[in-house]
Amino acid sequence: MNKFLLLSVLSAGAVLAQTKAGDTMNGRRLFERNGCYQCHGHVGQGGLAGARLAQTKLPQVAFIAYVRNPSSGGMPPFRAKVMSDQDLADIYAYIKTFPEPQAAKDIPLLNQ
Amino acid sequence: MHESKDKSENPVNRRGFLSGAAAGVTALAVKPPVAMAQQAALKPEAHAGIEVSSNQKPGSDFMVDVFKSLGIEYIAANPGSSFRGLQESFINYGGNSKPEWLTCCHEESSVAMAHGYAKIEGKPMMIMAHGTVGLQHASMAIYNAYCDRVPVYIVLGNILDVNYRRGNAEWVHSVQDAAAMVRDYTKWDDTPVTLGHFAESAMRAYKIAMTPPTEPVVLVADGTLQEEPVADKNLRIPKLAMSAPPQGDSGAVAEAAKMLVDAENPVIVTGRAARSPRGIELLVELAEALQARVQDQRMRMNFPTAHPLYGHPGSSIATPNLSSYDVILGLEVQDFWGITHKMTGLNKFGMEAQPTTQPGAKIISVSAVELNHKSNYQDFGRYLEADLSITGDPEATLPELIEAVRKLITPDRRRAIQERGRKIAEANQRDRERDRELAAVAWDANPISTARLSAELWAQIKNDDWSLVSNDRFVSSWPTRLWNFSKYYQYIGAQGGSGIGYQAPASVGAALANRKHGRLSVSIQCDGDLNYAPGVLWTAAHHRIPLLMVMHNNRAYHEERMYLTMLGAKYDRDPGTSDIGTALSGPNIDYASIAKGYGLYAEGPIVDPQQLGPSLQRALERVRKGEPALVDVVTQPR
Repeated sequence: MNKFLLLSVLSAGAVLAQTKAGDTMNGRRLFERNGCYQCHGHVGQGGLAGARLAQTKLPQVAFIAYVRNPSSGGMPPFRAKVMSDQDLADIYAYIKTFPEPQAAKDIPLLNQ
Repeated sequence: MHESKDKSENPVNRRGFLSGAAAGVTALAVKPPVAMAQQAALKPEAHAGIEVSSNQKPGSDFMVDVFKSLGIEYIAANPGSSFRGLQESFINYGGNSKPEWLTCCHEESSVAMAHGYAKIEGKPMMIMAHGTVGLQHASMAIYNAYCDRVPVYIVLGNILDVNYRRGNAEWVHSVQDAAAMVRDYTKWDDTPVTLGHFAESAMRAYKIAMTPPTEPVVLVADGTLQEEPVADKNLRIPKLAMSAPPQGDSGAVAEAAKMLVDAENPVIVTGRAARSPRGIELLVELAEALQARVQDQRMRMNFPTAHPLYGHPGSSIATPNLSSYDVILGLEVQDFWGITHKMTGLNKFGMEAQPTTQPGAKIISVSAVELNHKSNYQDFGRYLEADLSITGDPEATLPELIEAVRKLITPDRRRAIQERGRKIAEANQRDRERDRELAAVAWDANPISTARLSAELWAQIKNDDWSLVSNDRFVSSWPTRLWNFSKYYQYIGAQGGSGIGYQAPASVGAALANRKHGRLSVSIQCDGDLNYAPGVLWTAAHHRIPLLMVMHNNRAYHEERMYLTMLGAKYDRDPGTSDIGTALSGPNIDYASIAKGYGLYAEGPIVDPQQLGPSLQRALERVRKGEPALVDVVTQPR
């Protein structure tokens, strides 16, 4: 976790007192409709355009705080007018459904 | 299709316009009296408009002799009447060999093919076009080649003398100054008025194109010169006298060496540093002498990707993070200012910039491009406040720099340098391991991940003498991160001017250059790019140019889709409308059917990652037999 994320976690802890329950179906819809997949990939794998989201270690409050005020130069802030805290909680819940990937050492094509 | 290709409206034939009047008697007999009177008033002695024939050697034959002396292998062209004399001479007089005529379906394809060819072969291909409509089609591809510092030998047909323009088509295809349209983004041009002048300018054009900074050049072949008989008995072909590339000033090179050796943590940034395989060898020598990391912008194949000193691409290959270095050596870097500064976001009045380098960091630039800066197009980038700016070609300057560095390294300094190299190598290994783990994340995803696509392709080609004839930036640079690039011809960089429509024809041109060397050419082809001028697939099939084109089919102009989402969110508006104007779906485009229609072996769309490997294997069987093939893969966006 870099220092920006750490700050986000701390500030988020002050602003958002509790974690919201998320709707994974609505989260999936928003993830696709609002273009999260465009930089982060349809299964949150990330790439040079966006960070990996699958298997994120961020707590929900930190995730929401980061989306509101991202430190990455390429990512815009998604404010509440565009996506509510509940929307982001739903997206977070959807991200958490991404399955654990195989280890690279177990994939022959990644050990060529 | 150009209007001038219909010759029916214009019966005047080529060669020997004015010689021999006997054959004209019949033609005169059928002309209306008024027309006859007008023609007689214009040129009473010449029987103007009379179709006659002559077996005298036309000027275009001499032009072919001149071009053959340059060793040009191919001419890419969409046919046009303003250079019909040259075309006929190349084929019937020149034997359609060295150069061989390549049939192209668009002038933009002709130039982009030459662009890709030159980056493999290290010398220009010729393209021919009308001086007006053909050049207008070709212009974007010329701009790409110009920004990418690539030599292309452009020959334009034009008819300067009004007495020789045969009807409306040739009037609308004629121009007073044909090269003017592209003069801002070519290095040199000329419009010779005699064959002797033509021969001299042909040599000069080649020499200028090939002297770093290498760039496109234009030579206008006047239609009259092409088709009139050779009258001058003393014509000769001048000797081609090439220039040595410009080398950096010795004093400045010595100063650069001292700064690099004294640095605690120097970095070498390479843009278009290597012009040849020797360039890679020299960069490895310099990096190893300094044990300095190389951050490669991958605009050429500059540095082996598996080398311990190779810098991980990070979040962007073009703009590496340089914040930890105290001396930054840039070798023909693209947008040097841009990689040493960051700016505030879009649309803030008076955008603010601040350095991304550490305080006191020294910047050294070696570049030949500044020898050819022009005013209008802004490809030179923002003014760089370098501490040491050396005007010269990096590849020509490196030998002296390497020697100077080696002389300055004391035993104590060597120990510190070796320790630095050990740490860089460890970081490099960690980065490669992390990349493999990241590649595994979406391994079984549908659409297919770009990491999976790259790994599957690598598995099929790694034991061949392969060449990736495409840019890999749009697939998150997975080939750069997973494959082992070591030879100059294994990577050709990108468009240069970011003009889309380059990739497909450039990959065909590069594959053509690879063909005689027996290399296996593969490309990862973006869907939006192929839609500009897909006729180049037919050119590949017609001329049997072996190439496996693997579609990165994300069904969008995706870069722009990301921008729209970003801006929508930024302005608190709907980010979910970004498909409008960017998506290439509804209906989905069937690239395999398109390729089959052009005569290629093709498969797809592949959506199941389990099917990808076998599909690539089948297509590669055809490519190894000498054919082009296409596999359409529906992919993750990046």
